Amino acid sequence: MNSLILRAATRVLAPMMLMLSLFLLWRGHNLPGGGFIGGLVATSAIALQGIAFGPEVARRTLVLPPAVLAGVGLVVAVIATLPAGLVELPFFTGLWLKLDLGDGAILPLSTPLLFDIGVFLVVIGGVCAILLALEEDPETDQAGEP
Amino acid sequence: MSGWYAAAPLIVAMTTAAATTLAHAMPRTQRALSLAGAFALLAASIALMDAVWRGGMIVVQSSNWDAPFGITLAVDTFGAVMTLIAAITGAACLIFAIPEIEERHRRAWFHPLSHVLLLGVCGAFITGDLFNLYVWFEVMLIASFGLMTIGGTKAQTDGAVKYVALNLVATLLFLLAVGLIYGMTGTLNYADLSRTIPNVGNTGVLTASAMLLMAAFGMKAAVFPLFFWLPAAYHTPLVSVSAVFAGLLTKVGVYALMRAFTLLFTHDVGWTHEILLWVSGLTMITGVLGAAAQSEMRRILSWHIISQIGYMVMGLALYTPLAIVGSVFYLVHHIIVKANLFLIAGVAARLTGSMELKKIGGLYQSAPLLGVLFFIPAFSLAGFPPLSGFWAKLILVRAALEGREWWIAAAALVTGLLTIYSMTKIWGEAFWKPHPEGGEAAAPLAAAPAAMLAPIVTLAAMTIVIGLFAQPFWIVAERAAAEMLDPTVYAAAVLGGLP
Repeated sequence: MNSLILRAATRVLAPMMLMLSLFLLWRGHNLPGGGFIGGLVATSAIALQGIAFGPEVARRTLVLPPAVLAGVGLVVAVIATLPAGLVELPFFTGLWLKLDLGDGAILPLSTPLLFDIGVFLVVIGGVCAILLALEEDPETDQAGEP
Repeated sequence: MSGWYAAAPLIVAMTTAAATTLAHAMPRTQRALSLAGAFALLAASIALMDAVWRGGMIVVQSSNWDAPFGITLAVDTFGAVMTLIAAITGAACLIFAIPEIEERHRRAWFHPLSHVLLLGVCGAFITGDLFNLYVWFEVMLIASFGLMTIGGTKAQTDGAVKYVALNLVATLLFLLAVGLIYGMTGTLNYADLSRTIPNVGNTGVLTASAMLLMAAFGMKAAVFPLFFWLPAAYHTPLVSVSAVFAGLLTKVGVYALMRAFTLLFTHDVGWTHEILLWVSGLTMITGVLGAAAQSEMRRILSWHIISQIGYMVMGLALYTPLAIVGSVFYLVHHIIVKANLFLIAGVAARLTGSMELKKIGGLYQSAPLLGVLFFIPAFSLAGFPPLSGFWAKLILVRAALEGREWWIAAAALVTGLLTIYSMTKIWGEAFWKPHPEGGEAAAPLAAAPAAMLAPIVTLAAMTIVIGLFAQPFWIVAERAAAEMLDPTVYAAAVLGGLP
């Protein structure tokens, strides 16, 4: 699509949507949000770019091919389910590592967060692979290829 | 820590799916990872079967949230048997796929999708929660949609559209039933449901949601009158894909039916199981008659899937200990036989150039060994002694006679007879009759790659072993049936001492 308004708006909106997606991912830990919603918001930003500037630009924003993102996400999600086994707890049990940053500030890192990051990547990778494949010419035969 | 045995097949399948996705740009690595994953899944499911057999039912409260609040994984003997048989079928078909799939098929994500499919199938067998079952069905369906269209021909797209449309209807019914059940009982955990359902006052709505589930699972299992999608779709995909589908997908529907109507909905057996009995009889007869009218190998075999599903549902419908044993035995026997027949049809088509019986022939002359390999599963399917199908049918017919359901016993026997008709048709046309184009004979068996023959020989050997040494398999099936018929054991294992 060739629209000046859309391109101008995308320059402003896409970065904001990406930041919002990270915020949703982070917040989803204890409040509504999470990897799935965050991933969809991030995908919308990529999709907007794809519509405004063409799929090549969207691919460059993603850096890695969508399928690789999805694969990495799946691996991360699987890994998040495993540490529970080390401390003799059932599959998938959430574990927390509370890092003391000094000044009473504590950074809680957890396997649910890791799992959410995995979901985030799977959603971005999976949905972007489909969207970009639909936007691109099938003859070039690069749809979703790493 | 026995819980990890139940989680292992899921972890393995998901890791393999991820690894094959990441190795997509490296064909050889991807293939190696895919095969390694298939065998790891096989190992994990053997370990699971072993653990369940020794120590009884395995329950995992994943995330350490107690049932009925968290997602429970619960594997009894039946679940473990099904997981094992799914892993065997998956490994056999992935080996068969090595020479079959071309680079363009591989690029269409054959390997990752296959493992996602196996993940969904195993998940459905391992879960102990109705909504979780729905999720695994979705995983399985999404992967199967993708696998079905690999190759991109017009017939495939046509078949896939019908498959997708009808399966989405089934999914919708499933979700409706889940909503109704949750509204009535406030839980979706199988074990909790089996305790709360008998106390539900409004049996009308309860039966309605049981019927919705029956329709949803019945559509997935392809029972009469909801089977239209199956013959429309199963003859179109790659041979290895259609063999996995033929072996496993409809059987997940049967598994879900058996779970739902032994563990959950036994409040009105006179009504629900009577319907199942009629459905099973009609499924058997229509399936086998449909097969008689076909002349393409995979179409014939697809219709036979439907008629065979009737037998498994029949065992469930009779709802006696012997009949449930028969159903479990039949499931195991059928998955091996049916997947093998599809693989053999694939080899036959490779040697002769077509699946159309009118266009081919002369296979017995060029590849007599393939004839033997075909003979084993084909006559097992029809129920010839001493092959596995004979025992499966014997148990079910005997259960029907003991239950004084004469007509269903008659239907089962007639269906067996008509199955022989279809199998002899394939035999006569593809094997005996000379090749129709005159001098141009079928290729010898040596023309088929060893990787295609190895799984066929292995599966045929399993059919013979089940036939000749039926006793151990009977014992396993008997224990599975005994567990299914006593839901209190399942409930106690999952919920512990909770009232």
